[in-house]
Amino acid sequence: MNRQELRLAGSGGQGVILATVILAEAAILSGKHTAQSQAYGPEARGGSCKAETLISDTPIGFTKVQNPTFLMALTQSSFDQYGPEVDESCLVMIDSSLTVPEGFKAKNVVSLPILETARNKVGRLQTANIVAVGAINSLVGITDDETITKAVLMHVPKGTEELNMKALVEGKNLAEQWSKENKK
Amino acid sequence: MGDVVLMQGNEACVEGALAAGMRLYAGYPITPSTEIAELCALRLPQEGGKFIQMEDEIASIACAIGASVAGVKAMTATSGPGFSLKQENLGYAVLAEIPLVVVDVQRMGPSTGMPTSPSQGDMMMARWGTHGDHPVIALCPSSVKEAFDLTVRAFNLSEKFRTPVLLMMDEIIGHLREGMSVPDPEEIAIIDRPTVKYPDPKRLPYHMKKGQLVPEMAPFGMGQRYNITGLIHDESGFPTNSVEESEKMINRLMHKISDNYNYIKDIVTTNLDDADTAIFCYGGTARAVQSAVEMAREKGYKVGIFRPRTVWPFPENELLKAASKLKRIIVAEHNYGQMVLEVERVVKDNCKIDFVGKWNGSVITPAEILAKIEEA
Repeated sequence: MNRQELRLAGSGGQGVILATVILAEAAILSGKHTAQSQAYGPEARGGSCKAETLISDTPIGFTKVQNPTFLMALTQSSFDQYGPEVDESCLVMIDSSLTVPEGFKAKNVVSLPILETARNKVGRLQTANIVAVGAINSLVGITDDETITKAVLMHVPKGTEELNMKALVEGKNLAEQWSKENKK
Repeated sequence: MGDVVLMQGNEACVEGALAAGMRLYAGYPITPSTEIAELCALRLPQEGGKFIQMEDEIASIACAIGASVAGVKAMTATSGPGFSLKQENLGYAVLAEIPLVVVDVQRMGPSTGMPTSPSQGDMMMARWGTHGDHPVIALCPSSVKEAFDLTVRAFNLSEKFRTPVLLMMDEIIGHLREGMSVPDPEEIAIIDRPTVKYPDPKRLPYHMKKGQLVPEMAPFGMGQRYNITGLIHDESGFPTNSVEESEKMINRLMHKISDNYNYIKDIVTTNLDDADTAIFCYGGTARAVQSAVEMAREKGYKVGIFRPRTVWPFPENELLKAASKLKRIIVAEHNYGQMVLEVERVVKDNCKIDFVGKWNGSVITPAEILAKIEEA
């Protein structure tokens, strides 16, 4: 049974929930079972936010992530909060502005300039979540390019399609470049 | 059935309501039910219906009652704090026999509690929140698909029996997104309220033939003027202090539900045939139970699930029958112990009863239920 437990963490307003919705959409479009949920405080922006997508070949009972196979953190505080919960086989993707604490358990930590790419290469910081989606899909292998593109377009506001497509491609490029440099 | 689409529990509730014929939503947004109001605001005008954001929760249910009296299928949705406020008018709808669907996406309380955290702490308020003796129909979905299906059923039951029906969701299912296929309209059975065909000003509005339990309804504004009141009333719709009439009325309100119990009941059992232990659960908790039972079965424990989707009226006979073959029932719910009281009342000494609860805003995990199973 193939089962992925993805946990994405960040600060409220960074679009972390939307990123998990898009990943869940991609799973559905690929004919897989999925469960997406989120945990956040009463505040709409700021505060830590955790969102999750389970993807499985078989129907899903419990809908929450218990043992993440993948963790993303976009802020240091969310990384400090959720990082210690993962075991050593978990693939961890963090923004390159974050620091990995000493003795961190997970062996595979991918540090990518998600926020900087969104701000400078795509041209808008708000697209960081879509940059992340592109990178995650490449690292985790959820679906093909066409399907992830469709999933993104189903969920971004009208008028932002071009910008978000650029963000998706930039995210994919970041992950591919990292894989090339680290596989050898 | 259509293709599988990604949908949120709250969204599925709205689509189910629209499919059932809801054409008015009146509400006051509150987490974790807000998506229901948001989607109604978008979807109702597309379907020729009306969305009204009212000034508060009390006005919301009052507005929905008014729309229903005029012949329109109506719904309001809220969470614990709003559900508290709606209790008075809920009783009004019971006594005046107004079809209505009230959704409570439960969050942690009491008071404003923890708005984004799951709970099932309103189950007894659903039963006894409004004052006076009264029957209640309440349904609990455990998946996004069930949020759709049970919303349709809530409307159908409310129309058939002219009574408010409660859809007791929880944050787990309300905010969960998963795949579901939306049934085609022809696959959905729709029930409409018993309606007076030719409104007659001389007709007694609550008149019934002998043995009839649900009076035909005349939509307001269609030719028959009549009185609607929250006071005990006779067939004329006007208040009465008659001992005979008041006893007759309460008896009928009770019997219109209890005599139709077999139609209203809805219980899903899993792996009970060879089980010596059953987990009693409902709503979002069932998802953790499902995983826990799979884990326990792999370890050789003979465990099954008893899951009412209609929680009120409580499945007394069915649970007692199941209990007679069991050694133990474990009740799992996101509260300090509510439906477990009903289980204890019904099962008595027929088998051992254990409890797994949660009241800290987090979710009961399969491991916690498994640990209770292994405790033996």
